[in-house]
Amino acid sequence: MTTAYALSDTRVMIARCLRRSLRDPEAFFTALMLPVVLMLMFVYVFGGAMKSGGTYADYVVPGLIVLCAGFGAGTTAVAVAFDMSSGIVDRFRSMPIHGSSILAGHIAASLARNLLATALVIGAGLGVGWRPTGSPGAWAGAVAMVTAFILAMSWLAAAFGLLVRSPEAANAATFVLMFIPYLSTAFVPARTMPAVLRPVAANQPFTPVIETMRGLWMGHTSTGAAVGHEAWIAAAYCAVILVAAFAAASWLFRHRTAA
Amino acid sequence: MTYTVNASGIRKAFGGKPVLDGVDLAIETGSIFALLGPNGAGKTTLVRILATLVRPDAGTATVAGHDLLADPVGVRRSISLTGQYAAVDDMLTGVENLRMMGRLLHLPPRAAKARSAGLLADFDLADVGNQRVKTYSGGMRRRLDLAISMLVKPRLLFLDEPTTGLDPRSREQLWGFVREFAADGVTVLLTTQYLEEADQLADRIAMLHHGRIVAAGTADQLKSSLGGEVVRLQFADPDGYRRALASVPVIRSDERLRTVDVGTDGSAAAVHDLLGLLRTAGAPAARVSVDRPSLDDVFLSLTESRIQSRTPSRTEANRVTQKASIR
Repeated sequence: MTTAYALSDTRVMIARCLRRSLRDPEAFFTALMLPVVLMLMFVYVFGGAMKSGGTYADYVVPGLIVLCAGFGAGTTAVAVAFDMSSGIVDRFRSMPIHGSSILAGHIAASLARNLLATALVIGAGLGVGWRPTGSPGAWAGAVAMVTAFILAMSWLAAAFGLLVRSPEAANAATFVLMFIPYLSTAFVPARTMPAVLRPVAANQPFTPVIETMRGLWMGHTSTGAAVGHEAWIAAAYCAVILVAAFAAASWLFRHRTAA
Repeated sequence: MTYTVNASGIRKAFGGKPVLDGVDLAIETGSIFALLGPNGAGKTTLVRILATLVRPDAGTATVAGHDLLADPVGVRRSISLTGQYAAVDDMLTGVENLRMMGRLLHLPPRAAKARSAGLLADFDLADVGNQRVKTYSGGMRRRLDLAISMLVKPRLLFLDEPTTGLDPRSREQLWGFVREFAADGVTVLLTTQYLEEADQLADRIAMLHHGRIVAAGTADQLKSSLGGEVVRLQFADPDGYRRALASVPVIRSDERLRTVDVGTDGSAAAVHDLLGLLRTAGAPAARVSVDRPSLDDVFLSLTESRIQSRTPSRTEANRVTQKASIR
């Protein structure tokens, strides 16, 4: 089978997954509303009580991007698990197509959904007074950071969806991935947390991702570390998660469907 | 004579439990072959192995001339699989499903489009082609499933329990399509738990039970293997019924009706001997009727003797009796 077929198969699968995303109006509407509602809530309800230095909108945007990516990853895990529990993947696999195109379709659709959610967070942020000072180069870096993070989360979600098989169980990913940001510097700086939590928040993978975006957009991180330093750690975390999740998902896909 | 499927010694176990225990299978090109058996007999596993979805633990097979293990891509190019749960995308419309599958079969876009429109008409789905499959009835989903299978005419079509859950009219219609495929030169491997379906459609039938093929042949061969005819004996009292069970080879029995079915060659002498045997056993029959055996009888005689040869548990005995009384 040629590369042209592999590309054509992948394109068909991406179109299928995107179409399916658009056709689940409730899920789609929730995914679009979430960034806006969270932004309003965090800035206007909690924002007044937060001492983050500067306006809270300036602080919270990267955190909300990561929170929405966690929600989006849950959606991906459910979509993958649903596919695996229905007969259609069996049919795909009994056809002369590239097996990898099936997961590639899910990942590409996940990337598209999450980048749209990210754009909505940014739009809502600008609407409530977020004033990033970063140069176009810094913007490009921040977008690259969030894209890498979403890609890693998408593969992680796909692996989880393959592992648990049932869509209901896959939904647990949403809960976990939306909970982790609260134990990072997403909403409050680590120094304001109790001593027990401080090392957790400072060293978990979401924090360097958030701090890299924060540093690039606002010119300084909440940890006091240099942006370059956070970016290296974030990139390393994303690479490790991506490689591990990709390997796990590929292995699970071969073995889950072959059982 | 050419064979589209040639399998020997297929074994598969899941978690140490054997599901297929040495299955040999030869399916003639252009024929309809039915794999008959109850739930859990291993039918679906065998189909999944032959469709390259599951690797067998042991055994070899060629499908449409391609070795299953050495050339799975060649096999996939020659087959089409329709699953137990119709393998179509619920969220897409009928047209979108067909075009998507057409593209995945590497038809050029224009050809995929034209072929989809033709197939929708052929399978009586033209009116609902632009509706989402979610809104389809069971019969419509199976028809779409079959239409997808015909996008590129396969050499071997798998139909895994194609009529489970369908109403009688949809079932008849689906049978009609399957016959047309076979007339068109497509070899069909059908799994079913409905004996009538195998009887109606199949050129040859293999009965699968606990992972082994316990009988194979044409429907007529299988029926005559029982000895031509089935004699049903009814007894006046429970004691007679019990004594009869102990003294003659029983295909099946019904405790409530106190009936016992026995296979014979259909001759008057055989029936006379049978009645004499029962009289000497102290179980004179009150009523006698004679019937051509059905595939049910064959299947029950094969599976029941197996059950009895192991220690019969209460539940198994009940199940057989229940099954017999439904008919």
